Amino acid sequence: MSLEVGQRVRVAAREHPGHHRTPGYLKGRVGTVERCHGSFTNPETRAYGDSGLPEKALYLVRFDNGVPVYADIFEHWLEAE
Amino acid sequence: MDRAVHDTGGRPTTEPIDRTEHELEDWEVLTDALAAALASAGLMNVDEMRRGIESMPRAEYERASYYERWLFSIETILAEKGVLAPGELEARL
Repeated sequence: MSLEVGQRVRVAAREHPGHHRTPGYLKGRVGTVERCHGSFTNPETRAYGDSGLPEKALYLVRFDNGVPVYADIFEHWLEAE
Repeated sequence: MDRAVHDTGGRPTTEPIDRTEHELEDWEVLTDALAAALASAGLMNVDEMRRGIESMPRAEYERASYYERWLFSIETILAEKGVLAPGELEARL
């Protein structure tokens, strides 16, 4: 999956019992892709001793509900709106 | 939706944020160095350490300071990997 800068995206509102870096307060929220940081090993598998491969794209997403909030979110947590 | 113990962002609270600075104690500096040494030795990566912190029972997590959480996790991960034998730490304290 590849997302474009300026694209509207929704953060998946799913539960994930293991380690993950998607903050609960952003789940289900819609934001705009600001930038792609590149690809990185996946912390969700690396946290359990795995290599974290394949790498996942990490995006800077802007959320604006009056006050802008920026967060780094991995591609597999983002759905195109 | 269930949130893990560390996932506190955006939760309503009436408690003021403690912004006071404090000097690090020796054990805190050593804990930081220990984590860095374990990482460069390939014994623990940062994602494992975060996962170990997130596995803390809620009451302990809430009570623990920043580096106490690191120590809890280092012990958890090293015990899991068999680097520390059960009871090894207690025996030395």
